[in-house]
Amino acid sequence: MTNEEIKIKITEILPAATFDETGEWLNVFVEASAFRSFMEQIRSDKDLDLDYMFCLTCVDWKTHLTMVYHLSSTNTRHCVVVKVKLDRDKPEIETVCDIWRTAELHEREVFEMFGVNFLHHPDLRLLILPDDFIGYPLRKDFEDPINMIKL
Amino acid sequence: MFEEIGTTAEGDLLINVGPQHPATHGVLHLVLTLNGEIIKKVEPHLGYIHRSIEKMCESLSYRQFIYVTSRMDYLSAHINNHACALVVEKGLQVEVPLRAQYIRVIMDELTRIASHELWWSAMSMDLGAFTPYFLAFREREKINEIMEETCGARLTMNYMVPGGVMAEPHPDFQKKVKAFVADFKKTLHEYDELITGNIIFQNRMKGVGYLSPEDAISYGCTGPVARASGVKSDIRKIAPYDVYDKVEFDEIIETGGDCFTRYQVRIKEMSQSIRIIEQLIDNIPDGDFQAKTKAVLKLPKGEFYQRVETARGELGVYIVSEGAAQPYRIKFRSPGFSNLSALDHMVRGYKIGDFIAIMGTLDLVIPDIDR
Repeated sequence: MTNEEIKIKITEILPAATFDETGEWLNVFVEASAFRSFMEQIRSDKDLDLDYMFCLTCVDWKTHLTMVYHLSSTNTRHCVVVKVKLDRDKPEIETVCDIWRTAELHEREVFEMFGVNFLHHPDLRLLILPDDFIGYPLRKDFEDPINMIKL
Repeated sequence: MFEEIGTTAEGDLLINVGPQHPATHGVLHLVLTLNGEIIKKVEPHLGYIHRSIEKMCESLSYRQFIYVTSRMDYLSAHINNHACALVVEKGLQVEVPLRAQYIRVIMDELTRIASHELWWSAMSMDLGAFTPYFLAFREREKINEIMEETCGARLTMNYMVPGGVMAEPHPDFQKKVKAFVADFKKTLHEYDELITGNIIFQNRMKGVGYLSPEDAISYGCTGPVARASGVKSDIRKIAPYDVYDKVEFDEIIETGGDCFTRYQVRIKEMSQSIRIIEQLIDNIPDGDFQAKTKAVLKLPKGEFYQRVETARGELGVYIVSEGAAQPYRIKFRSPGFSNLSALDHMVRGYKIGDFIAIMGTLDLVIPDIDR
């Protein structure tokens, strides 16, 4: 599918979605409230057929956090990037780990590194960091008094 | 090695595997829930070799951060470097000289063979066969010598830089690679003769650790793990980079989905890598080995993503740039991390003895998982 066709299809599913085409792939911006049903629909849509999530991450923009989901179709190979803006003080978003199973570990990583709370995640615990760790290391304002990384 | 740490309310046994265990080949800590010999659940506990490479990269320049990535998947160091060089080139829109592209792809494929050889030897050793270890390391040593001559290192090479490669290959490079290819074609059948046909080996591998194509996609499995389940996932075919679109090779697709199929896919991939090297090694064009780039690289504002095929699967490098000399955010989508997420699903219902075989055919490299 071309970007234009994907845009038409996504606008049918969620008219409020906005687009950015400056990058390599089509970027879709979605509100956190509409996020869960939107993801369910683009996964089950026969034409979009986004069955493969190849990247899930978060970016700290100092004023807000942005969740970034890279999705692709294993049949037709088109890629779509879904972005959701989150409040930095209370970041909350619905989990997608029952739609794409790979998201389970990726969401746990984002949870500990950025402090994003994934609602309805079956097992949201620290994965990489030690159990008594305080702070969110990949946020821009994280300061580590013991180790050397300073931006 | 296996340590009992308690029982659950249902009376199931909780067992530690690792973080120090010969079959994990690194510091991977797994907690198994066992009902007798049957595995009910596997829970990974990561972080024993977490160095926060993503955070480190945010304070390094675009020339420096490549060196850190050799330490992720140390068996695919060249390919990791390649991914980073490509994403910077994509941002700067640098045209890489054809000579550099050829050398890069040859190096990538040599790395892939060396990695698969190490996997083959280590996995056979996990299953109780010790001879393969020496057999594969005999060939792997030749690759390491080629790497050492040209790159100055045997494992963490750091040979690829934005714009091309760091230096001209060693004058003997072509001769030695050709000698290796000729040797390897003669000895590859020994691998099959020694292990593949062995009845004990086959009984331990066939029908064990089944992964369906739908699950492989859903769990984000890539590389030989996905291809053994019949999923086309080779980035060299999907989105060719450098000269991969000019060479002929087959993407190995099998549909068995069990441990034995994953084993076969990797063995067959080695001969495909040889095929690629043979097409390129005689035709390396003359010219520069590196494009001219500025001393300080600054990527324009925006986002860049590059996918490459490492020996383990799809490696993605996601860079968010604010126009500065350092990346604003880097994410490495490592193949090991996603393949590991399928482990729990794959081992449920199998016996603890099968667990080692299943984990062996996933080809996990722990620094690649933890980053």
